[in-house]
Amino acid sequence: MSFFKVEHLTMKFGGLMAVSDLSLTAKEGDLIGLIGPNGAGKTTVFNMITGRLLPTEGKIYFRGKDITGTQSHIINAGGIARTFQNIRLFNDLTVLENVMIGYHGRLRSSFWEAIFRLPRYKSEEKKMRSMAGELLAEVQLDNVADEKAGTLAYGQQRKLEIARALATNPRLLLLDEPVAGMNPRETGDMMDFINSIREAYGLAIILIEHDMRFVMGLCEHLIVLDHGVTIATGLPVEIQNNPQVIEAYLGEPEGA
Amino acid sequence: MSERHRREWIYKLCTYGAIVGLFAFFLQVQNQADEYQIRILNVSAVFVTLAVSYNLINGVAGQFSLGPNAFMAVGAYTTALLTLSPAEKELSFIIEPIIWPLSVLHLPFLPSLLIGGAFAALLGFIMAFPVFRVRGDYLAIVTLGFGEVIRVVANNVQSITNGPLGLKGLSEYTNLWWSWGVAVFTVFCVTRLVKSSFGRAMQAIREDEVAAAAMGINVFRHKMLAFVVHAFFAGMAGGLMAHLITTISPTLFSFFLTFNLLVIIVIGGLGSMTGSIIAAIIITHAGEWLRAVEEPMAIGPFNIPGIPGMRMVVFSIMLILVMIFARQGLMGRREFSWKWFCGFLKIGKRRG
Ligand SMILES: Nc1ncnc2c1ncn2[C@@H]1O[C@H](COP(=O)(O)OP(=O)(O)OP(=O)(O)O)[C@@H](O)[C@H]1O
Ligand SMILES: [Mg+2]
Repeated sequence: MSFFKVEHLTMKFGGLMAVSDLSLTAKEGDLIGLIGPNGAGKTTVFNMITGRLLPTEGKIYFRGKDITGTQSHIINAGGIARTFQNIRLFNDLTVLENVMIGYHGRLRSSFWEAIFRLPRYKSEEKKMRSMAGELLAEVQLDNVADEKAGTLAYGQQRKLEIARALATNPRLLLLDEPVAGMNPRETGDMMDFINSIREAYGLAIILIEHDMRFVMGLCEHLIVLDHGVTIATGLPVEIQNNPQVIEAYLGEPEGA
Repeated sequence: MSERHRREWIYKLCTYGAIVGLFAFFLQVQNQADEYQIRILNVSAVFVTLAVSYNLINGVAGQFSLGPNAFMAVGAYTTALLTLSPAEKELSFIIEPIIWPLSVLHLPFLPSLLIGGAFAALLGFIMAFPVFRVRGDYLAIVTLGFGEVIRVVANNVQSITNGPLGLKGLSEYTNLWWSWGVAVFTVFCVTRLVKSSFGRAMQAIREDEVAAAAMGINVFRHKMLAFVVHAFFAGMAGGLMAHLITTISPTLFSFFLTFNLLVIIVIGGLGSMTGSIIAAIIITHAGEWLRAVEEPMAIGPFNIPGIPGMRMVVFSIMLILVMIFARQGLMGRREFSWKWFCGFLKIGKRRG
């Protein structure tokens, strides 16, 4: 039984083949890079894995279960969390509350226990608050815990999005362009950060990136998409010299 | 006890003190004020209940429902049918006799109110399935449709609702204790819910539904929760309203009611319970003061005949002005807190 497996995944939008016949497997703790030029279908893959889009064809298995077409929150509860390419925080909630949302799915108390602040709810709320605080300290966002998420600097917002995803206790983390729009120094910090959470949580990570150089240094295994088609898979060194990949990236302003 | 704990205790005491103060004030009013003033206070309480619960679905969960009149109608009819005695019912239903078991049921006010709320909540539960299949504008239109459907049903199912004739001669059970008791209970439940993990989840859905779902929030269930809680309290408010004005008919529960509520929660600030409470009280009173604009007036040599519906024009203009110049309303999403209040007093002292 494989940890995570995608078979013949295909997504058509009308006449547009956004993803075609993608297959991949991941073991626990893997770090896989999903790369490709603009519009290659990378985000669409994440949207299918997390239940936002129903694949036209193909199957997704996670920890032995077929999760194709399952609702997003159930997939998350099963252990897959994600971040978004165009950061989607709960802007009007505080940083701490954003992270606390990540724990809500596992709350055992019911709403009336919450209204009347019965003991079980009170202790759960207290625990959520302290766990969220600890998580924020770990990712060095505790100094802005009470700020509205929407007011954070760009790099901090990216980090908070990852922290929020971690709060849901995932086994597989999907990161959609975590360093988009960052300068080289911030990019370096983010690489270290991703490596550190991967070790600390023993997570498998699939990471979408536009910038080849970034993933080369980080991932052990790469999948290259172009116009929805898997044009190459393998070790970074193999990918680097693959003529098809070079061609796909030609004319693409790298690291844009 | 730590400083923080002590403060929290003091704030809690302040809250209880304020509630006791409020009811002490009503005791005074009950004895001294005239019926008209008491009536306005009762209506204020009903609108506080309505606005606070309506704000839960519209302001907190961000689902733009236009159907509270449906829940009020269900609550009002259910409560009224239970408090009317079998004899009274037999007398009122002249076109078609009332069906069994409604013809024989007779309950005291409180259980009737609660059952009224429960029936409204049940309608909310059933409505949630079609309503939350859609979002945004479509959701508003679907809920609007349901509001109208309920009205048409009330007009036509004569053996239950007595059709266009409505129900008359209800006992005037609603007094300051009932109306404000329910209002305080509603504020208590709704604010506690909003400040809990469930309220956070509702706000997360308002902020970004896709992200909320990806973070493990069951979006449908939380929309449903907000909707059903809203429906329950709107139903109770309907029951209170029915036993305040003692006559109900389908025309009472038109979109007009929903529009009034919308004005209140927008002026108060979508998402702020404090704003809703303040705005509900102000708008109810303003509605009474503005009766003057509907009376015939003599300005100098001109005699302006009374224009019925002029108040609505004033409210509509207010709504437009708020939407253009102060979209946040009175309170934005801020809430009253004793901490803020103490700070406010201190600043006042320093200045004074
Ligand atoms: N919901 C949708 N409906 C219709 N077309 C879509 C939808 N989502 C994506 N597409 C199209 O599918 C193709 C792949 O999009 P996708 O966002 O997956 O690309 P990407 O590889 O993530 O690109 P980028 O690097 O720009 O983020 C694009 O042509 C896009 O316009
Ligand atoms: Mg993308």
